[in-house]
Formats: sequence, C-alpha cells, structure tokens
Amino acid sequence: MGAIQSIVNRPYQHGFVTDIESEVAPKGLNEDIIRLISTKKGEPEWLLEFRLAAYRHWLTMTPPRWANVKYPPIDFQAISYYSAPKPKKLKSIDEVDPELLRTFEKLGVPMNERAALAGVAVDVIFDSVSVATTYKQKLAEVGIIFCSMSEAVRDHPELVRQYLGSVVPPGDNYYAALNSAVFTDGSFCFIPKGVKCPMELSTYFRINTQESGQFERTLIVAEAGASVSYLEGCTAPKFDTNQLHAAVVELVALDNAVIKYSTVQNWYAGDENGVGGIYNFVTKRGMCKGVNSHISWTQVETGSAITWKYPSCILQGDNSVGEFYSVALTNHHQQADTGTKMIHIGRNTRSTIISKGISAGQSNNSYRGLVRITPKAEGARNYSQCDSMLIGSDCSANTFPYIRVHNPSAKVEHEATTSKIGEDQLFYFAQRGIGAEDAVSMIINGFCKDVFRQLPMEFAVEATKLLGLKLEGSVG
Amino acid sequence: MIDRNARTLLEVRGLRAAVNGIEILKGVDLTVKAGEVHAIMGVNGSGKSTLAKALAGHPSYAITAGSAMFDGKNLLDLDPDARARAGLFLGFQYPVEVPGVANSQFLRLTYNTLQKERGRDELDPLEFDDVVREKMKRLDISPDFLERSVNEGFSGGEKKRNEILQMALLEPRLAILDETDSGLDIDALRVVADGINRLANRDNAIVLVTHYQRLLNHVVPDYVHVMQGGCIVRTGGKELALELETRGYDWIGAAVNA
Repeated sequence: MGAIQSIVNRPYQHGFVTDIESEVAPKGLNEDIIRLISTKKGEPEWLLEFRLAAYRHWLTMTPPRWANVKYPPIDFQAISYYSAPKPKKLKSIDEVDPELLRTFEKLGVPMNERAALAGVAVDVIFDSVSVATTYKQKLAEVGIIFCSMSEAVRDHPELVRQYLGSVVPPGDNYYAALNSAVFTDGSFCFIPKGVKCPMELSTYFRINTQESGQFERTLIVAEAGASVSYLEGCTAPKFDTNQLHAAVVELVALDNAVIKYSTVQNWYAGDENGVGGIYNFVTKRGMCKGVNSHISWTQVETGSAITWKYPSCILQGDNSVGEFYSVALTNHHQQADTGTKMIHIGRNTRSTIISKGISAGQSNNSYRGLVRITPKAEGARNYSQCDSMLIGSDCSANTFPYIRVHNPSAKVEHEATTSKIGEDQLFYFAQRGIGAEDAVSMIINGFCKDVFRQLPMEFAVEATKLLGLKLEGSVG
Repeated sequence: MIDRNARTLLEVRGLRAAVNGIEILKGVDLTVKAGEVHAIMGVNGSGKSTLAKALAGHPSYAITAGSAMFDGKNLLDLDPDARARAGLFLGFQYPVEVPGVANSQFLRLTYNTLQKERGRDELDPLEFDDVVREKMKRLDISPDFLERSVNEGFSGGEKKRNEILQMALLEPRLAILDETDSGLDIDALRVVADGINRLANRDNAIVLVTHYQRLLNHVVPDYVHVMQGGCIVRTGGKELALELETRGYDWIGAAVNA
C-alpha cells in the first residue's frame, strides 16, 4: 500500500538543543543524591524524609512488565537526577536568558506576548526549575496559588504537606516511587473555596539537558465549589539517546469542585527507525474526594518513543463524575500503552471513557483501561468507547478493557471498534477530487472529533494541526 | 441523444486490465460522445464494474494494454483525484462508509474542490447549505442526512441517493454509474432516474453499468453494450436491452461463439 505508507513522516520540528549553562548533578542515584537535591532546593526535613522513604521503597520494587511495550532495561545509574539553569534572580521578562526566549519562540510559544494575548498564565518549566511565572498576581487577587512546586514547598509548605502523595502514594508504582524520591520541580495550583479560576492555567514542559531524566511533580487542589481548567503542552529537542520522563500529577477535587486537565503531548518520538525518543512513564490520578466533584482528563498523545500513561479518577464522593477523553497517535516505531482507571467508590458516581487510538507505520498502540465498581458504589454508571484506527498494514492496535463490578445496581457499557484507512476509503475521496493528505486529515479529524471538542478552543486547533503534521507522508 | 458531430468525451481502445495478476478486461473499445447515454450490460463477472473502476483509476486495477482518452487528455496519465477533477465521476456500486465525517462537510469539500478546479467561487458552509438542500429536496432526501456521517449506517437506497446527490453537485462531464439501480425499490429507482435525467444534457454523457433493463425504462439509453469475458461483444440501441430482458444473455454468447 504505497499510497498509505508515505502521510506520517515530517521530521520532528522541535529538535534543537538550547545552549544554556546548566548545573548538572553527577550521574547515578543514591541517598546522597537525594539529599543533594533536597539541599539544593532548601527543602524542609519532612520532604527529605518523604523522598528517602520513597527511594527505599523503590529499591524493593521492580519495573512493571505487564504493559504491551518493549524496551531494554533502563540503567538508572546512568541518569543525572538534577539539572538547573544557573540560578539568577529575575525581575522581569527582559532578564530571561535571550537564548531561552528564542527557544520558546522556536517552539511557537513566546511566553510573554502570546501568553498575555491568549489570556493564559504560563508557569514555564525549563528543565527542572521554573524560570518565569506570569499572571501570578492577577490570580493571587482571587486567592489562587499558581507557582512552581519548589516555591510552593517554600511558601505554602502546609498545603503541600497535606496533599502531596495523598492521591498517588510514594509507593504506588515503580515510576511513581522514583518520582517521589527525585522530583525536582513541577507546578502547584490551589483554587480556594468557591473560586472559579478566571483563566486557563497552562504549563509548557520541555526537556532540555541531554540524558537528564525529568521528574515533574504536579499537584492541583480545588477546594469546595472551586473550578479550574489546566493545560499542559509538551515538546522536547531531538536526541539520539533515550530520555526517561517519569512525572506524577495529582488532582484533588473537594465538594462540588471541577478540575479539567488537558494535555497535548508532542515529545520527540525517535527517528523513523525507532532510534532515540522519550520514554514517557507517567502517573496521573485525580481524586474526586467531595460530593458532586468532577474531574476530566483530556489528552492528545502524539509523541514519545514509549508512552505508559493512565490518567485515572478515584470517584470517592457521592455523585462525583470522572471523564477521560484521549487521542493517542503512534507512527514509525512508537509504542503506546495508555488508557485510564475509573474507580467507583461513592454512590451514583458516573464515568465516561472515550479513547481513540490511531496507529501508523510499524507502531503499536494499546488501550488499557480499568472500570471498577466497588461494593458500596450503589447506582454507579460507566460508559466506555474505545476506537482504533489503523493506517497501513504494518501497525497494530489492541484494546485491553478490564471491568470489575462488585455492585449489582451498576450499569457499565463498553463499546469498541477498529477501522482502517484503506485503499477503498482513499479511492472514494480521490474519486471526488480529494487528494490523499486531505482525505486522511478529514478522516482522522472526524475520528477524533469527540475528543477534540473537549479541548479548549486554541488547543483543539493546535491538536488538529499536530495530527496533520504527524501523519504527513504516511499516505500519498 | 445522438449527434454525430458532438465532441468525443471518452475514447477507449483495446483496454486490458488485471487485478492481482489476473486479466479481467481483455481489449475493450468504447466511444462516448457528448450528449449520449450508454448502458453497459452483462452477467456477473463479465468485467462491467472492472471497466468502471479501471477508468476511474482504482489502484487495484492495473492497466496492461490499450489507451483511454478523456476529453482530449490521456486518462491513464492522471491520478484518480485528477481524473475526478477533470470531470469524470464514478457512482459507486458499494459506497464507502466514513465514520465521524459529516456528510455536509464531505460534500462541501468535494464541491469546493471541483469549483476551484473550474475557476469558480468556493462556497462557505451557509452558502453551500442552500445549494445542497435544494438538490436534496429534488432527490427526496431528508434534511438530517447532512448531519450523519458519510454513508455510515445508510440503507442501500440511501447510499445510492447519496451518490446521485454527489453527481448532481459535481456536474461531471462523464458520469459512470456502477449498478446504481441495484437494491432500489420502485420509488427510489424513479427518484434516482429523475436525478440522472436532470443531469443529462448536450455537453455531458452518462454510462450506466447495470444488470437489469428496469432502470433503462426511466433513463433511455442511446446505446446498449453487452460485455462478456472482458470484452464488449455486442452493441445496439435501446431495443437490445429489451431483447436481453426477454431472452437472457445466453443467446449472445452462442451468437458470438458461433
């Protein structure tokens, strides 16, 4: 199928390395390194203990092998666990390293103008330390805290201590334990009682130093009646050696709170022969702690060599709602094992799962999801739809739905389809004058429509373009 | 309508085509002039649909010999989408389903592609809506049709009407309709036939590929061709179709082999 083998192939556009002097810790992982990280960041004793406990637990664990992905064992001693641009006090955007600003420009994310124009407050993570935070004051006026995790530890230690690890315990899984031991920075967001966040909050993540593992830690807390929409966008420069990314994101929604978390992920996926690329091993989980609380995950995953990621919801509060909308696109030799977990604990809890997997090239794309209805979850409901689309005949798609129902009043629905963009579909479009690339773009966007409409407007436009770019050349 | 002086739209000479290395078309000759309606008939496997798809450029059909000129262009040099933009339309026997893509969106894209090709204005969604609704009304198609995904969950009759709607929108120079009448009830057949008759004019031409004579009661052909074993073995006027209806196809085979 020559036609189909040639829309997925534009080279990665964000492949460049910024030359900023970094302060890099020696490679390797041990308690001294963890103490070094903690000292560098001026952390309180309890956080060092949190890290060390996680590390000691991690030592007893083994990497998960159940995912449908293949990669050589990771040498955790070959990774540097701390890297920071040389510390400088920045009073305004003018003081930001111009090289860094140019990097953001190349990424299409000039953080000052664009953020302001878009009405987005950007907490920029460049490697592991936040270098600029905008709109903080405006948010502070309504009592919202939006800052780097390091600042939060320094300025709001009681909040961090209360919620850190409360959704993803340090020993939750292998990579979460590692993250808990060595996380360097991330974002912290606190929406106090009754406050509706007046703007979309956004973080652009970027991995920069070669071979520095990146361990982001994000914590978002919405108090009773609060609501927030949070955007996460990612790109990374092109490297030949694999980079490990093991982030942890925790969301906490109290009574009647709403958290909407959207991600567009476009990290370096390796070249067309599968060399290089990011390993994205992420633990994302939201706790619907209060009654009527609502957590919604929307993700568009297009990058990374390997994606291992299951944004989940624990529906503890009665009538709470969990949602997962996902588009995962794999091309060339990319591997993705992604999905969600919906754990129904409270009464009348509801969850919706819409997953769209697109595989092209020689890639392997798996949906893995768990819907668990616990005995107390009277009247719980779930609706799941998992659709796969294949482009060409060398790729694969799998669906692994796990459904565990322990309450007879529950109603669980699961639908799955697999389709293929084949010669006949493309011929049909061609016979109406429409070329292969336009045809594929229209078919893919149609396929992803239910997910894209969950994204904030500008993100949806970005996501649509991104998929088009990613598939360019795979059909033609 | 036969006009000896009309320009030739399609000229096929000695066309041979194979699928998976097996030769299906074994030397087809066919000339279609502007203003004409042709019917190509024949039993299953005689090569009718293969001829239609080969002319439209389906990638599974390899042309092994012969030529095909369309409106002065070498058809075989053009990609399938370029053939369509040049004004060749294929009404599919089995229209393809495209989940998630709204019919309205698909129809507008194809409509605007042809408009652009012809140097005419492309229409925005509201302008297009007026145009398409007018055509739909004539074809007795319900308005909810626009919101549904392309051909997804359509009945056989709805799919065929969608093909005719596309033909009406695209106003092709040459429309090849592959078994457009199959699976239609009497009412739907009449609607589809009306749609075809409305399109037909002095400047374009229609080729109907069909098993049965019944469509030809509504769309009267100027020429009827009978295919057998990958060749056109007999050509006549509309009365040939009636003869086939009463005598079947066997006698032609006997006559040819004799």
